[in-house]
Amino acid sequence: MKDTKAEAFLRFDNVKKSYDQQNLVVKGFDMDVQEGEFITLLGPSGSGKTTVLMMLAGFESVTSGDIAISGKSINKTAPNKRNIGMVFQNYALFPHMTVAENLAYPLSVRKMPKAEIKDRVAEYLALVELSAFGDRRPGQLSGGQRQRVALARAMIFQPTLILMDEPLGALDKNLREQMQFEITRLHKQIGFTVIYVTHDQTEALSMSDRIAVFNDGVVQQCAPPAELYERPVNAFVAEFIGENNFVQGRVTRIEGEIAKVETDTGTITTQTSEGLTEGAQCRVSIRPEKLFIHPTTHAHDNALTATFVTRIYVGDFIRYYFRLPDSTDIIVKVLNDLSAPEFEEGAMAQLLSLTKDCIAFAD
Amino acid sequence: MSPLPDYYTIWHKAGHYGLRIMAALVLIFLMLPILVIMPLSFNAEPFFTFTQGMLSLDPDAYSTRWYQEIVDDQKWRIAIRNSFLVGIAAASIATVLGTLAAVGLASPWMPFKRVITALLLSPMIVPLIIIAAGMFFFYTQFNLVGTFTGLIIAHAALGVPFVIITVTATLSGFDRSLFVAGLSLGASPIKVFWDVVIPLIRPGVISGGLFAFVTSFDEVVLVLFLAGPEQRTIPRQMFSGLREQINPTILAVATLLVVLSATMLFVLEALRRRSARLRGQE
Ligand SMILES: Nc1ncnc2c1ncn2[C@@H]1O[C@H](COP(=O)(O)OP(=O)(O)OP(=O)(O)O)[C@@H](O)[C@H]1O
Ligand SMILES: [Mg+2]
Repeated sequence: MKDTKAEAFLRFDNVKKSYDQQNLVVKGFDMDVQEGEFITLLGPSGSGKTTVLMMLAGFESVTSGDIAISGKSINKTAPNKRNIGMVFQNYALFPHMTVAENLAYPLSVRKMPKAEIKDRVAEYLALVELSAFGDRRPGQLSGGQRQRVALARAMIFQPTLILMDEPLGALDKNLREQMQFEITRLHKQIGFTVIYVTHDQTEALSMSDRIAVFNDGVVQQCAPPAELYERPVNAFVAEFIGENNFVQGRVTRIEGEIAKVETDTGTITTQTSEGLTEGAQCRVSIRPEKLFIHPTTHAHDNALTATFVTRIYVGDFIRYYFRLPDSTDIIVKVLNDLSAPEFEEGAMAQLLSLTKDCIAFAD
Repeated sequence: MSPLPDYYTIWHKAGHYGLRIMAALVLIFLMLPILVIMPLSFNAEPFFTFTQGMLSLDPDAYSTRWYQEIVDDQKWRIAIRNSFLVGIAAASIATVLGTLAAVGLASPWMPFKRVITALLLSPMIVPLIIIAAGMFFFYTQFNLVGTFTGLIIAHAALGVPFVIITVTATLSGFDRSLFVAGLSLGASPIKVFWDVVIPLIRPGVISGGLFAFVTSFDEVVLVLFLAGPEQRTIPRQMFSGLREQINPTILAVATLLVVLSATMLFVLEALRRRSARLRGQE
């Protein structure tokens, strides 16, 4: 992912972090971010997302490596000199100041003239649709309103970067979706650069330009949402993003991009992935919506024979549960229309798939 | 008061009213000695007892002559001035030092937290007479005995623990992410401290300062050891008044002190409510 020609706007260069001088929490983090990009850090709990954000904001020291903005290292810059806006999960609004005073604070710190501050505050209050609330204190606002104030306060001083650490974690589902839309709108409208942290993959997939999937202190893959979903580079990403089925097998042949994999229920052809070698054990991933139950009009390259276990009615689609001879569970999602078949328990079925939808990962 | 629940047995009811009666009795026990001096301070006669005239509410049995005495008597005027001088100076020093100490002790990176806290709070626990004797010998080496500086420093040391306790209590409800947020908005740590931390812990700072002031204001042991005739404070004057010229002037002074303390309590409570309301946590 290293890009040596153009200077990246923000660059992490082999950044490592250890809290106790023994265990690395972040192990060699590399990433280039372009100006105006919306980057999401996604990963399981404890994978080091907040740590990366805190190092970027300057609230945690970097153990080794370098973080640079526009080619200049910021490792030795004090947090208050970095000009990085932050949105906190608990909002962190100043409770003794009104909404307008909260927004004015970063501007008055920068010694902006009073009249200009007033105009700018009015402009940003309008931007987050809170013009009528300037005189309220944060304690008198709803969760979503507070979140919008926090957002406006992080943007109002036009920082080089805006960091958000699970900013919507405390909101209910409806409000979350509304705020996701709001953040995306503001990002499009103003064009700031965002580093966003979330647990929620739907949120990550729907908002980001690129997503960095974190595990165990390393970035497993950093790619646009569609690529992450369609072309995961390893089994962790394939499993972490969306739902997936995994079939055990052994690679018999590799021809360019295509691998032949021998499984208990026959040979299937798949896409290859890095580190795959002939003769080695592997796991083949197939998304539940990319499997079709015979008979079907869909084109197909592979067929697996499986035993029907049960089907669950979910509404717009139906989930079928099958079992392979080695007792691996396989899930198939079928659109709820007339073609959704009925099975007796224990009946055998053929599950069909395309080569381009199957990926073999080294085990 | 809501009516008692229907399922209450006679014992429930006895407990219910018994508790109230006990609480009232304790309150009376605590308040009576203080309240009783108030009417006595308006005694027209130089006695410490209720005269026949006072009991029959004869207006002539009451007078404000003891209050007049305070105003007329040079000694009392100097004592009052000294008390305020020493109290305000000592409370100011204690407030600044105590607040800084509390903020430092609240930091997660502070080493030896327990030991330092114990040391700073010790003036509250060590018997006053020991502090006084120690300070006396210490002060003689620096010629501080019998000076205002010496007395103010001694009283400041007594006041610091109160400030540390009240400020620590408000700081425990302080969200550290507000500090981080302030830094991320571009303010220097010192500016964030003034603009964010101080306003939010102000109730603790003010009440700690008032406690420190009151501590100095009614402290007599250190004054006996360390103060010369020029540093006589109100309690010291009352102390000698009790021995030399027993008359209700000290009752009048006591009444004034009670009123002053009560006023401060109300101010404190009002401040607390105001700041809670400002933060929208009513
Ligand atoms: N101040 C600290 N001191 C020591 N260890 C820490 C500290 N902060 C975090 N860690 C450890 O570092 C690892 C990464 O923590 P971090 O907070 O970055 O995870 P995260 O990806 O943000 O997790 P989550 O999704 O739960 O917020 C965890 O194992 C955590 O225990
Ligand atoms: Mg985190």
